[in-house]
Amino acid sequence: MTTTARTPAAAGTPVPRPPRTQGRAAPGPWRRRLYRWDVRYSPYAFIAPFFLFFGAFGLFPLIYTGWASLHRVELASPDHMEWVGLHNYVRLLDDAFFWNALYNTLTIGVLSTVPQLLMALWLAHLLHYRLRAATFWRVALLTPYATSVAAATLVFVLLYGRDYGMVNWALGALGTGPVDWQNGTWSSRIAVSSIVIWRWTGYNALIYLAAMQAVPDELYESAALDGASRRQQFRYVTVPALRPTILFTIVVSTIGATQLFGEPLLFGGAGGQKGGASHQFQTLGLYLYEQGWFNFHLGRASAVAWTMFLILLLIAAANMLIARRLRKSH
Amino acid sequence: MTLTTTGRPRREGPGPQRRPRARTAALRRLRRLGRLRPRRRSRPAPTPATARTRAGRQLHGGPLTYAVLALFTAGSLFPLVWTAVTASRDNMRLARTPPPFWFGTRLAENAGTAWTEANMGLALLNTLLVAGTVALGTVLFCTVAGFAFAKLKFRFSGALLLLTIGTMMVPPQLSVVPLFMVIAELKWTNQLQSVVLPTLVSAFGVFFMRQYLLEALPGELVEAARVDGASSLRIIWHVVFPVARPAMAVLAMLSFVQAWNDFFWPIIALTQENPTVQVALTGLGRGYVPDQAVIMAGALLGTLPLLLAFTLFGKQIVGGIMRGAVKG
Repeated sequence: MTTTARTPAAAGTPVPRPPRTQGRAAPGPWRRRLYRWDVRYSPYAFIAPFFLFFGAFGLFPLIYTGWASLHRVELASPDHMEWVGLHNYVRLLDDAFFWNALYNTLTIGVLSTVPQLLMALWLAHLLHYRLRAATFWRVALLTPYATSVAAATLVFVLLYGRDYGMVNWALGALGTGPVDWQNGTWSSRIAVSSIVIWRWTGYNALIYLAAMQAVPDELYESAALDGASRRQQFRYVTVPALRPTILFTIVVSTIGATQLFGEPLLFGGAGGQKGGASHQFQTLGLYLYEQGWFNFHLGRASAVAWTMFLILLLIAAANMLIARRLRKSH
Repeated sequence: MTLTTTGRPRREGPGPQRRPRARTAALRRLRRLGRLRPRRRSRPAPTPATARTRAGRQLHGGPLTYAVLALFTAGSLFPLVWTAVTASRDNMRLARTPPPFWFGTRLAENAGTAWTEANMGLALLNTLLVAGTVALGTVLFCTVAGFAFAKLKFRFSGALLLLTIGTMMVPPQLSVVPLFMVIAELKWTNQLQSVVLPTLVSAFGVFFMRQYLLEALPGELVEAARVDGASSLRIIWHVVFPVARPAMAVLAMLSFVQAWNDFFWPIIALTQENPTVQVALTGLGRGYVPDQAVIMAGALLGTLPLLLAFTLFGKQIVGGIMRGAVKG
């Protein structure tokens, strides 16, 4: 590793004797200097590998994407960049498909996040009871998390099949007509959201459960003493105590929803980057992919990426404001 | 080394200081609740004994609790079971209603087709290599950096930590374009290092390890090692790693699962010639008449290793995620 070169003392040279050890000869000035260097510079050596990779594969691309978004860059010759200023962003704002993708990302985000977190909260509440086979329930509810986006989506595509899918068969058994899940506007969004919900509900439930277990028992006891019912205990003790955790999961889920990519791509089958025949479930992630790798405009794809980043920054700012407001009203 | 025996790591959280405040706030809320519902006052006050059984934690789950949990568990497991069911049928059977409810006999055949058609053997090996390397690198680099942020004093540490945390929310889409240009330049397309290197460290990992070591590693232990003249590398090896081991295991598991299931970047950087499992799975459905049974067999093959790990280490994984939740 190049980083060890910066701290000679840390790089496996014999351990310098401590200056205050009794019964030994005082260490030479060279040793003492090595020791001092070690103490002063080793922290930088410790963070260096992280920041090396982080700078090369996180920070540099972030900035370079911003730079590329101001150029015309084609996939065939990524070296050739032609300055176009804000042209890519202007084109983006003019493109109806961009607004469509933004709207889809928003609706699918709400459709997937809200039920997911509410169900997770409920599940966590149930898991918090003293249960037989407690570990079994937790592991079983977490298994969707172990399933990859690809595997999960492929199964759901089959389940949501128009002609032979199990969902439509069940609907038929209930006496309702079949739904064209893939080609319908709202049905396809609901179907994509359901994949996200399936994969993440158990995970979020475990996070809520951990937060619930950190709530001191006395709170529940005094609540019970005051005559609060179980539902009231949940409403007035559990939920307020979980507020920071709930906020945390909302932020994480929102970030995930903004980046949604694999589920709609595979749900669309061949030509999935379009997000359905009429782009009805094309998210921003898919739109970026289509611009860059199917229309070959890397510059415009970069502009989409930076727009997504700005949207996330807005969400983060809004979240901070809400958190501060909550803290004040508390 | 004697240092590690000087004392078990002390757990001192912010809990004891915070608790009274949280408690008074909750009590205030409860009082408000009491005012809102004056009828409850007229009831005889429950004795402490009944109060304890009514308190949230000690309560046993009723039949309804089990019923709801069973329902959700069935929902969680059903798509996986269904994957196996469809993988053991043939394509003709899947194109008929009602859909099959029980296992057929063609599992081995379909799995064999998927194995050869999607290059599954190579894909599994590749994914194992990628996920293993990523997990190892993440744990190693993030533990060391997390230790520096938690326990060492150096200039700009605050600003650098802020930078690290701030980038946790940068979407991966943002770096795809330049990364693609770089690997195209280096002629790394289709090679595993193009997938490994960008995910080898994670900002979340650094933050996670910092939070853990902040509480689990007593500062005196590091000081004592210093006074004994231990070099920084020795301190890392003999003091930090032993204390951090539980959190390192959790981080390793989380990064492994994430790397195994990573989708967006691999599908851009790799092709079907040298795929990871997720990339190979997208290739399965591309035929003129896609054979659903074979696709499902492929999905099953790609998921099975992680499912196996979950059945074996489920308890530890659940514990790890929950511990990470409290610290994060």
